[in-house]
Amino acid sequence: MSSTVETRTTRTGDPSAKPARKLRLGTLAKIVLLAVVALIFISPVIFMIVTSFKTRPDATSIPPSWIPNPFSLEAYRTLLAPGTNTPVLRWFFNSMVAAIIHSALVVVTASLAAYPLARMNFRGKKIVFAVIVATLLVPPVILVIPNYLLVSDLGWLNSLVAIIVPTAASAFGVFFMRQFFISLPDDLEEAARIDGANRFQMFTRIILPLAKPAMATLALLAFLGNWNDFLWPVYVLFTPEVQTLPPGLSTLQSANAVRYDLLMAGAVIASVPVLALFVFLQRFIIEGVSRSGVKG
Amino acid sequence: MTTLKQQEGGAPSRKGAPRPSGTSSSRGIRKQAAATPWLFLAPYLVLFIAFVLVPIVFGAWISLHTWDYTRPLKPFVGLQNYVELFTPDSRQFANFWGAMQATGIFTLFSVPLLLTIPLAVALLMAKKFPGRNFFRAVYFAPYVLGVAVIGVLWRYLLDNNIGLVNYYMGLVGLPSDIAWTTSTPAAWVALVGVTVWWTLGFNAVIYLAGLQDIPSELYEAARMDGASAWQQFVNITIPGLRPVLSFVALTTLIASVNMFGQSYLMTQGGPGRETRTAIYQIADTGLRNFQMGSAAAMSYVLTLFLIALSLLVFWLFRERKDGR
Repeated sequence: MSSTVETRTTRTGDPSAKPARKLRLGTLAKIVLLAVVALIFISPVIFMIVTSFKTRPDATSIPPSWIPNPFSLEAYRTLLAPGTNTPVLRWFFNSMVAAIIHSALVVVTASLAAYPLARMNFRGKKIVFAVIVATLLVPPVILVIPNYLLVSDLGWLNSLVAIIVPTAASAFGVFFMRQFFISLPDDLEEAARIDGANRFQMFTRIILPLAKPAMATLALLAFLGNWNDFLWPVYVLFTPEVQTLPPGLSTLQSANAVRYDLLMAGAVIASVPVLALFVFLQRFIIEGVSRSGVKG
Repeated sequence: MTTLKQQEGGAPSRKGAPRPSGTSSSRGIRKQAAATPWLFLAPYLVLFIAFVLVPIVFGAWISLHTWDYTRPLKPFVGLQNYVELFTPDSRQFANFWGAMQATGIFTLFSVPLLLTIPLAVALLMAKKFPGRNFFRAVYFAPYVLGVAVIGVLWRYLLDNNIGLVNYYMGLVGLPSDIAWTTSTPAAWVALVGVTVWWTLGFNAVIYLAGLQDIPSELYEAARMDGASAWQQFVNITIPGLRPVLSFVALTTLIASVNMFGQSYLMTQGGPGRETRTAIYQIADTGLRNFQMGSAAAMSYVLTLFLIALSLLVFWLFRERKDGR
């Protein structure tokens, strides 16, 4: 920023320096304003974390306190104690298992499918791709009732398979991986072919290693999507032992409508993995999202 | 795309490189066994056919039956489920159209806010300044929390008696006893407001990527010609963002029409049934009361509305003859 450099030389109050200083002050004012707004913006999340460390009366005190007094782990102890009908630890474990297997399934099937769609010519390719992309526009509600019946017939109701498998046919994933594969240069496979590699070897040894960042991004997005999914798990998982965190939280809310310390502790437990992922990998997540938008 | 360059390894720089698809003809010469591509596609297609394609058709079939999950007989009734939805004295009519109206109200208020506020945020962040990435992350952060978390959280913050929102409103001299979750129109303000807070960062990030793709020479040239900031915005930014705008408009519209978790958790569809959205009604009819024929018909009617709205968006953002 040139304005910052200029200001340094014109600090003395030379009237001709005004425009430059104004710019700098403007930038500074903008940052301060943004910081204040950002703090207000994120304060609900901060208050959620703060409240989870409060005692029961402190959580409902007026005026609301921003520092727990006293600091207490009571809510977490109550939630994580064994033998409740709201087994938060179990929900956490279920969520983790489901989200990990789901995202692995999405990445493997989408990458495999995207490869021929990006880098081979065959009859029917255009139709297959067009049909897959067209379903991006199908609102998920259409699938809810028939998939419930399918899942029920398969005996998957009230089991984690119901939230791992049916949602794994990710049209977005295929589209996303295909865009990436298309961007790779042709010579890579040419060289491998001369060395006698078959298609599968080209895929696993040449293409996939290059596609690691794209696969990581897709895995993350699939993980987040599965971890946070709400409607489907609420209706297909109905006993506490098989539920995941989102439907679990909703039963926690109806069972403990006024125990806000417990509810916030539950919400924090549900948020820790995604917030941690976000803090460490926010560049990947944000870019995955922006790329899906711009390329879409 | 500028954002792509920041990705680790792999991706070659796009700028100036010829479109790789231009070389696809050479790929055609490279022969493989006819089955090879299908072997790659098979795992995905199995899932796709079983849980996407077949259900789309199966759902239409269900909608033509009186399909109670808990009863053995599922008699074919033709279009009766649909006719009922359009017959004012049928048992589904009031509930369904009440829910459609709720979805309409929510969409009408949330979509414009979710198109404009994130654009303002993106414009503020378009220029590089210290801490930009941090702010970008802060505004995006609520989006990674699921609807279950934000629903439970805001139910607490909006509590009539002990909620933060009423308390701070009282402090600044506003009414401090608003029943945010149990009265309208306050419940609508709450649902729309929370949704905007929750998803604003998502749209802002997409806008930001779009803004970075607009060549800065255009702005320089406009400044040379003495164009004001507003003129630059109208004549360069908006046309340059058109594809991004239409994408954001479409995804926001679809998300708003599919609203469910917020009202399920924050207002329980209440007061009465006012904030019970179409998805809520469909899920309840089909998966709670097991009237799946009716629910399937409702989902197809909702889908038709959504398709019509999507076409409207496409038409509004269509490429006009004199673009830039």
